[in-house]
Amino acid sequence: MRNDRILPPKLQQLVDTFEMFDPADRTGLLLSYADQFREVPAEVATRPFAKSHQVPQCESEAYVWAVKRPNATLDLYFAVENPAGVSAKALAAILGKTLSGLPAREIAQVTPDIVEKIFRQNISMGKGLGLMSMVQAVRTLANAAERSDTTHDA
Amino acid sequence: MATPIEQRGYKNPDALVSTDWVEQHLNDRNVRLIESNEDTLLYASGHIPGAVHVDWTADLNDQVRRDYITKEGFERLMARIGVTPDTTVVFYGDKNNWWACYAFWVFQLFGHKKAKVMDGGRVKWQKENRTLARDVPSYPPAKYKSKPRQDKPIRAFRGDVMSHLKKRGQLVDVRSPEEYAGTRLHMPDYPNEGALRGGHIPGAKSVPWARAINPDDGTFKTGDELKKLYEQDQKLAPKKETIAYCRIGERSSHTWFALKYLLGFKSVRNYDGSWTEWGNLVGVPIEK
Repeated sequence: MRNDRILPPKLQQLVDTFEMFDPADRTGLLLSYADQFREVPAEVATRPFAKSHQVPQCESEAYVWAVKRPNATLDLYFAVENPAGVSAKALAAILGKTLSGLPAREIAQVTPDIVEKIFRQNISMGKGLGLMSMVQAVRTLANAAERSDTTHDA
Repeated sequence: MATPIEQRGYKNPDALVSTDWVEQHLNDRNVRLIESNEDTLLYASGHIPGAVHVDWTADLNDQVRRDYITKEGFERLMARIGVTPDTTVVFYGDKNNWWACYAFWVFQLFGHKKAKVMDGGRVKWQKENRTLARDVPSYPPAKYKSKPRQDKPIRAFRGDVMSHLKKRGQLVDVRSPEEYAGTRLHMPDYPNEGALRGGHIPGAKSVPWARAINPDDGTFKTGDELKKLYEQDQKLAPKKETIAYCRIGERSSHTWFALKYLLGFKSVRNYDGSWTEWGNLVGVPIEK
């Protein structure tokens, strides 16, 4: 399934950048994002992390949080408990850097197929499904935040 | 500290090497270290110095059919990683060597006998604070004249499993107890890769793969411990033909290695179609 929707600008720019790289360089770029991964700060969450924040069906044991700013945009935070979960860390860093600071409704429009655009040959079927599940978890939190905005406004 | 490999009572202790052995052979031109992981970025994030990366999907699988590479594909792979028939290849990786054993098994389809697994895999190497490097090594292209792929001795297809079933042959289901019982269609915390039915092949004994390892450092249990697990507790006979399976043949490669090399089972085959095939086949018998 293709996602022809317009992505948030930072994410679109990142996807366009990835498009320009050949497979070997794409691996290097993904790794540079994994290196930039920073775990959720203690003021947002501490271990043991609540299971309600765990990404389902992700063997890297990833967790995600969405914290609303005063201006109603969201900040995304992640934890990846499997030290070998390099791909999950790369994706977490990418999502955090490109989506944090956006309104919930914009984040909620990002669909899991961006994983394929970003990772291409760097994922197996099982790994891809786990990463897509991370994006879906972000959407779920964004949708919930948007609903709470709507309820509050009403 | 783990008991030295040669003192663990294995039938073929030479199939395993320790992290110490690997450290001592880092500059051995006759040894090639091969890392195989589930996460394809893991090798790039740091690997044993001099190790090459063999990716189970891109390098070992046919890119169109659900099958393995051909003889020509294997020869190209060996050329790329600089391996000749005389090179000793040592596999290691994440997940307590799942993918390392899987790659080892695929290499055996082509009869590369000089092959070993590094006991404990990445976990043990890292826990021992040994060096990891990000430099990707390159080796002069090697000439490798491979034998044609020989599936029959170590690979089972669904027809083989069906005939084996009719003979009431030994089957080992190495998935989690929940997958075996049919209460879930995939590993805990893993995505569902699409089996329509849950359960196990009738008569299969349930021995989850991870019971063969010591969870602290990923090393294999001793020969006596493995005998208890497979032969005494589950009454699997080393002289009888055995087929191991899991979801796609990766976890069962690990069990295949333990049964064939460490316990010396006479004839063990890996059913790589495993549950993603059997659980989708129309009309085949399933037990819950």
